[in-house]
This record gives sequence, C-alpha cells and structure tokens, in this order.
Amino acid sequence: MTHSPAGEPVEPQSPGAAPLPQAQGPSPAVRATGVSKVFATKTGDVAALSDVDLDVAAGEFVALIGPSGCGKSTLLRLIADLDQASAGTLEIFGKPAKRARADQDYGIAFQQAGLLPWRTVGANMALPLELHGTGKAERTARVAELAELVGLTEFVDRYPDQLSGGMQQRVAIARALAARPRLLLMDEPFGALDEMTRERLQTELTRIAAETAAAVVFVTHSIPEAVFLSDRVVVMSPRPGRITDVIEVGLGPDRSEALRESPEFFDLVTAVREALHGRSPVAEPVEASLRQAQGPGTRQGPGTRQGPVERS
Amino acid sequence: MRAVRWSARRQHELRGWVAAAWGALGVLAVLALWELYKFVGPPEGVVIGAVQGQAGTGVMILPRTHDRAMPHVWDMVARLFAPTSGGDTPPLWVSVAGAALVTLGIAAIGWLIGVIVGAALGLVMQRWQLLEWGLLPWIVVSQIVPLIAFAPVVNAIGNQIDRGGGTWPQWLSVAVIASYLAFFPVAIGMLRGLASPDRIHLDLMRSYAAGYWPTLVRLRLPAAVPQLLPALRLAAANAVLGAVVAEVSIGMRGGIGRMLIQLAGQASSDPAAPWGPTFGSIALGLIAAGSVALIGLGLANYRRGEAA
Repeated sequence: MTHSPAGEPVEPQSPGAAPLPQAQGPSPAVRATGVSKVFATKTGDVAALSDVDLDVAAGEFVALIGPSGCGKSTLLRLIADLDQASAGTLEIFGKPAKRARADQDYGIAFQQAGLLPWRTVGANMALPLELHGTGKAERTARVAELAELVGLTEFVDRYPDQLSGGMQQRVAIARALAARPRLLLMDEPFGALDEMTRERLQTELTRIAAETAAAVVFVTHSIPEAVFLSDRVVVMSPRPGRITDVIEVGLGPDRSEALRESPEFFDLVTAVREALHGRSPVAEPVEASLRQAQGPGTRQGPGTRQGPVERS
Repeated sequence: MRAVRWSARRQHELRGWVAAAWGALGVLAVLALWELYKFVGPPEGVVIGAVQGQAGTGVMILPRTHDRAMPHVWDMVARLFAPTSGGDTPPLWVSVAGAALVTLGIAAIGWLIGVIVGAALGLVMQRWQLLEWGLLPWIVVSQIVPLIAFAPVVNAIGNQIDRGGGTWPQWLSVAVIASYLAFFPVAIGMLRGLASPDRIHLDLMRSYAAGYWPTLVRLRLPAAVPQLLPALRLAAANAVLGAVVAEVSIGMRGGIGRMLIQLAGQASSDPAAPWGPTFGSIALGLIAAGSVALIGLGLANYRRGEAA
C-alpha cells in the first residue's frame, strides 16, 4: 500500500481554532495491518473485511468509497474501537485502538446527527467535554469557539428539533471536534442531506479540517464527494470487503466551489469511477453522471453558507 | 411565521378545551345513564329461574332500581352535606376528606417505596440480562397474586415485628401493600426506558469511553423519562387502589377504605352514604395521578423528539 506524504494539507491557518502543536512523530494517525473482520451469522460466517492494509498520515484526509457491503463502515468502526477486528492490528497514533478511544484521540460523526434531543445545541457540543471533566468555564468558551467554527453561534440555546437536518449535522461535527481530536472519523455524515446542503457542508468540512489540522477518515458512497474532500480516495470492493485501489487526489489544499467544475476534478471523478467499476461494472453508475450533468446555474455559490435554505 | 405559530398555539388551546368538554360530557353521560335506568328499570330487578317463595334463588339479570339499591345522584350529593352519623357530627364530606387524606398519605409512602423498589429492579435488570431473565417472570407473576391473599400475610409479619420489639405500625403494612401494586409499572417502565436509547447514542458514549454510570446519568436516564412518567402515574393510581383495599382487608381504622366498608354496612338504612367515600376515593386517585403529572411539567425537555 502506497502512502504519500505529498497529500499533506497545510499547517493550521487560524491560530485561534488550531489545536496545540502536536508532536507529529513518525506514527501515522491510523495504521491498519492485515485487518480482517468476520461476522458470525445464522447462515455462517461473513467476511466483512479481508486483509486490509491502510495508513493515514497525521493531517491527511482519506475517503473510503465503495458499494454497500464493502466494509467501509466496518473499517471505520474498527478504527473507532466500536467493534474488534478478527485478525490483524490497528494502531491509532501508534497506540492500540482501545487505548486511543480511552484517550479520546478521535472524534466521530455518523450518518444520523445523533444529538441528544433533551440537550441544547451548546450542551450537545459540550457533551464529550463534560464526560471528561472539563471545567464549566472552559466548556462554555470551547462551545462558543465550536459554534463559531460551524456557523451556529445564534443557535447555541436552541434544541435539536428546532434545527434543520443540515444544522443538526453541523452540531454533530462540532461535537466530534469538541475535545480537539487529531483524528476525525466520519461515516457518511452528509448521506441523509439534500444536495445543496451537502455541497455547502463539504466546503465547510474542508475548511474545518484545514483549520484543525486533524486527520480525517471519511466514509462515503458519493464519488464527487470523495474527490472533492480528500487527499486520497481508497476504493473498496465487497465479498469479501477489501481495498482494491488507492487514488491520489492531489488537488491541493484549496477546495473552493470552482473546483467542482474544473477538468482535473472531472478526470479524478472518472478515475475513481473506473476504479470502482473495474471489478463490478454495475455498481452505482448513475450518481456521478448525474452530478456532472448539473449546470453551473443550479449550484449555490460559496457565499451562501448560511442561506435561507437551511433555516426554513 | 409568527402569525402561523400563534394560530397553532391557539389551536392547541382549543383542542385542550374540546378534550375537557368531552371528559365532562362523559361524566354527565354516566350520571344520566344511572338515572335513566333507575327511571325505566323494574324496582325489584329481573330475576330468572327463581323458585316461588324461596328467597335468593334464580339469577338476577337486571339489578334492582329502588331507592335503597340505587339512590338518586342528587341524594348522593345531598348526603355529602348531611351530618356523617346524625346529630352534631360533622358533614359527611368533611369526614370523607379527612379519611381520604389519611389514605393519601399512606398511599404516597407506598408510592415512594414502590418507585424506589421498581426503579432499582429496572436498573439491575437493564444492567444484567441474566437478572432480567430471572426476575421479570416473577415480577409479572407477583401481580397475579390476589391482594386479599397477600395483605394478611404482610399484616401478620408486621404484627410479629411489632411484638418482637421492633416498631411496625399498622399503616406501614398498608403502605407496603400499596407499594406492592405500585412497583410493577415502574420496574417495567424503567427497564424499557433504560433500554430505549438508539444504537448511535450508545456508540457515541462508547466512543467517549464513557463507562456505565456516566452513560446511565447522561443518556439512559434522560432517555427513559418518556416511559417513566406514565409509569409513575400508573404507580400512583395503583398505590391508592392498593392502600384502599389493604385498609379493608387488614381492618385499619381512619382511612377511606375502612369508612367505605362501614357505611356500606349501613346502606340498607342510609343508601346514599357509601357513595360519599366512593367519590372520595375516585378523587383520591385523580389527585394522586395528577400530582405525578406535575413532575412531567418540569421534565418537558426530556420529552422532545429529535425531528430531522
């Protein structure tokens, strides 16, 4: 498995939101070696993951893409120590996954926002801090910072049921970032959102990832999303779940809306699609072509980050 | 936007009034039905298969309607304001209220015991699946044991403790019996409620490396509130019922159950009197359930749904 430091994103840009300078030692954010996962079912064992090797460098943005059942979410759950690997080793910043979870080395966000409905937006963001005994004053300050980061300052005292799906997901991302993790794990976080909200959040996420300098492992089944966000796209294939290809994106740190219409972007989308279809020609051919067919007129500009669509 | 919200609130208010009106109509309908049957029904009822000249034979298929069996509703109400047992004794409603307060106090203690025991059972059953398998069938079976069989046993144990040097007043037996009915809905509601958080929330707590207690306090207990509130209300109604029945079956004086039996014994000469404590115990149940509903007002935030 090739691992290139060339795709490393920029250093923290905003000193206010940036984490403390971390010792960027030799240990990568994620190192999976020969990882397999077998689920026992009534009809016999199912190999969800088979012999996966993957390195994610500190600060790198890696997208996992593949059809349903390719084990991309399983891999993420193994990294998060929400499930245990059947074979192989997983190291997060050089530590076993269990240690890394105990040390809060990662933040996680799922397809559903999963906010606690009885807590305000601010209290939801503060939940991980509260659980780790952060003082009240510090929590309040951090919540203000996070709300600013995801553009929800005015909504800190609202309850989740008063927010749109996109806003809820932004709260979930802020919550994942609360403890300043060096690794962010995201399992199709924008999968349930409409296209416009989705593109806006993608742009925001690239900014947030750059500002926090966190490594990101991002599970998706959208090809343009994978290309737009990441430094590397890891293509996976099912039965058994395994890595079939790794595509260097190399679009640089600046991911603006204009990028979505550039020829390099389309070339990469095509490359990923071909990698995906290399072994299973019928997997998801529609989505990417639909996205390409969209004219520039249907797209939201970058200046409408908090536009009326989300507030309705 | 504002106008729409205002009208929504207005609609909500209106619905509340309509519901109240239907409730009142239901009560009136029962009263009207009572009086209607009393008016059209035969005074001695309808008995089939009776042997001529032999009392107590045959099957009564329609109840008697004469004034001793079915007093008029207004007589029942008027009786409330007449002296309890003639002469200078206070009006019936005052005695009923006093007896109801005694029972309410005992029921409240029974409720509290029931809530504590039920909550503890729910907690341990949720924590250890093995305990759920082992305990849940017994908890269900416990509610099938007739209270009338169970009450004297509690009373006997209480008396033994009392005689053996401990202190066990009779009302404590009543409270324990009331708690026996009250703990059941709490145990079940607690178990279901604590198990209600979504997988994603449990994963999240796990990702924060939160152990059992932080997860319980920050996730499971708040998530259990929507199931716990109805359970607490049911427990309150059960506690009142249990207290009334227990008073009767162990013969404790001062409460409304005992008063009910006493006045029912004199019903042939004073047919409206037992209806006083009957209304009293209905009011008691409503007050008990209503005061628990007040707890729900303070917990409104825990009943929010997460709308996507």
